[in-house]
Amino acid sequence: MKKDIILAGVGGQGIISIAAIIGYAALEQGMFLKQSEVHGMSQRGGEVMSNLRISHHEIASDLIPFGQADMIISIEPLESLRYLPYLSKEGWLVTNTTPLNNIPNYPDISSILEEVRKVPHHIALEADVLAKEAGSAKAANIVILGAASPFLGMAYEKLEDAIRFTFRKKGDKVIELNLAALKAGHDFANKHK
Amino acid sequence: MQKLLLLGDEAIAQGALDAGISGIYAYPGTPSTEITEFIQNSKFAFDNHIHSSWSANEKTAMESALGMSYTGKRSMVCMKHVGLNVAADPFINSAITGANGGMIVVAADDPSMHSSQNEQDSRFFGKFALVPILEPSNQQEAYNMVLYGFDFSEKYKIPVLLRITTRLAHSRSGVVRAESVRKQNDLKMPEDLRQFVLLPVIARKRYKNLLKAHSAFIEESEKSPFNEYRDGADKSLGIIVCGIAQNYLMENYPDRNIPHPVLKIGQYPMPRKLVEKMADECNEILVLEDGYPMVEELLKGYLGRGLKIKGRLDGTLPRDGELNPNIIAVALGKPDTFGLPVPNLVVGRPPSLCSGCPHIDSYAALTETLSQLSNGRVFSDIGCYTLGALKPYEAINSCVDMGASITMAKGAADAGLIPAVAVIGDSTFTHSGMTGLLDAINDKSPITILILDNGTTAMTGGQDSPAFGKIENICKGLGVEEAHIRILKPLKKYHNENVAILQEELAYNGVSVIIPRRECIVAIDKRIRDKFKNK
Repeated sequence: MKKDIILAGVGGQGIISIAAIIGYAALEQGMFLKQSEVHGMSQRGGEVMSNLRISHHEIASDLIPFGQADMIISIEPLESLRYLPYLSKEGWLVTNTTPLNNIPNYPDISSILEEVRKVPHHIALEADVLAKEAGSAKAANIVILGAASPFLGMAYEKLEDAIRFTFRKKGDKVIELNLAALKAGHDFANKHK
Repeated sequence: MQKLLLLGDEAIAQGALDAGISGIYAYPGTPSTEITEFIQNSKFAFDNHIHSSWSANEKTAMESALGMSYTGKRSMVCMKHVGLNVAADPFINSAITGANGGMIVVAADDPSMHSSQNEQDSRFFGKFALVPILEPSNQQEAYNMVLYGFDFSEKYKIPVLLRITTRLAHSRSGVVRAESVRKQNDLKMPEDLRQFVLLPVIARKRYKNLLKAHSAFIEESEKSPFNEYRDGADKSLGIIVCGIAQNYLMENYPDRNIPHPVLKIGQYPMPRKLVEKMADECNEILVLEDGYPMVEELLKGYLGRGLKIKGRLDGTLPRDGELNPNIIAVALGKPDTFGLPVPNLVVGRPPSLCSGCPHIDSYAALTETLSQLSNGRVFSDIGCYTLGALKPYEAINSCVDMGASITMAKGAADAGLIPAVAVIGDSTFTHSGMTGLLDAINDKSPITILILDNGTTAMTGGQDSPAFGKIENICKGLGVEEAHIRILKPLKKYHNENVAILQEELAYNGVSVIIPRRECIVAIDKRIRDKFKNK
């Protein structure tokens, strides 16, 4: 099994946490992993992306070639479109529909969502709302991860374990909240895929 | 042994700890910062008294590392590529003095300028200094090269340059550690106590030694585990691949069988015999290297006659920017791949000053103060506040190198641009601004300097600022008149007061220093979270 994933968002939205959770689950299954991150200047509220590659075979490049990503996972709708050149024909776009509007020329959100719907395989969900229902708006990234979970090629329980591990120092309440967020996303994707 | 999931930077740091360093020296700079931070956060480093606090700049870091090497202990010094410009003087001369304890210089290059003002290739510096260079292709090799590099450094008594790029520095992968951790060296003075005295009479001898050693370095490169000739049946093309470019090449052959001979380079100076073997066997050579076409130029020679060399210089690869698997696919004559086009409505989202950032209020006051004067008077520097060049602020007119704000403002004032303004951050000021301030004071230059003091090195993630609590005294000590050192609180409610103070100082015919002081809001947030965490 091999999955090439583009993670997209705005600096501070938590794409590195998603990468860490998928990465932990992959390593626990003895998979290889390469994950390229963005540090430095672009973190200041700018566009950020990360290349996450997991495979049962050794991985060569730190970068995913254009047109070959299995998935784009985005925490922000505008950002989800920026990396479409990476997506393969069969690939899935999983994105939040809640905009983060920190630029003066942010495009009309309905036009953005129209473009999202043009992508043959897509899941678009209001992750911020689902996260709030699960207990905290901060867990929007985990809702998105849940929505991506049916396409990751790994058992759902492995992601749950990874969440328990990732948030182990934050107490049971935070773990439960994030598990609920994961499930909310997961259920949504299964209903709409 | 268990695999650790490490950034390239972290793999280097772990390698340094396992190789028995006694100290690491650095000034923060993307993409090199995480090397030093890993050691600062290491319990092992703390328990073993390994030095890891930040230096004022890359030059002081390089010199401290050399001083530690002088005593026989192992040292590492880390910087981003442009930091090596700051440290160039001690770096070039350290090749002549040589090392005593093992010394590795890490330079992290940034092709495609993800977070930098240029994409200079540090391998040229290594070649210039005549030191051996190591260039890893992945995180495991980065770790292994640190252990190898310290051995090499101690065998030949020479500093070794480890060159990485952003993509390796900030990419995570599995790393297996060595079975045993080496002990730190004991204090042991150089055998020749004049080794480090570069008086011409001694330097001439040392330079001849270095030239002699250089032949040995080439021999080492021929048999290095990091330089590998892999044969291939199709000799119409030979491929030379340096550092991380190897991964992009392999990506194009999913079964990992490359039909052409491949020479993988991870250690310089270039292994001459291996290159000649390829030149003898192949009709054409394709050179894949991230950064400048250093190897390509070397092979081409001045006139470019003879063997056909393909790479960045003949247009086979783009002349600038980072390599990737697609660029290499096209160079190999394979089909390019592409997903969907980016919809037209997608606009850029550049980084910006955080909401609540003190710099926003400082720029508001400065811009209003200057609104009555002609445009283009603000010389700035390297830090978060460089974002003041972008909309909606458009408040600064230069960003060149660490410390250039004060000296460029001085030069402009010397030429008659009065008043001229410099805007510099607190840690940039102590990095390279203090000496320029002395020049301005000695000439009584009519410039107004804003030292934006947010109490941290913010751009690189909030490291301790070497300037903390010292700025006024430094300015006074250098000779700024006390009446012209003014502290502001950059907040909206003090805007009018701040504008008034700026106006007063702009009118002064001499050096004024204005210090808008308010803590970085990301730093406050982090401080509160840490406090909460520790409860």
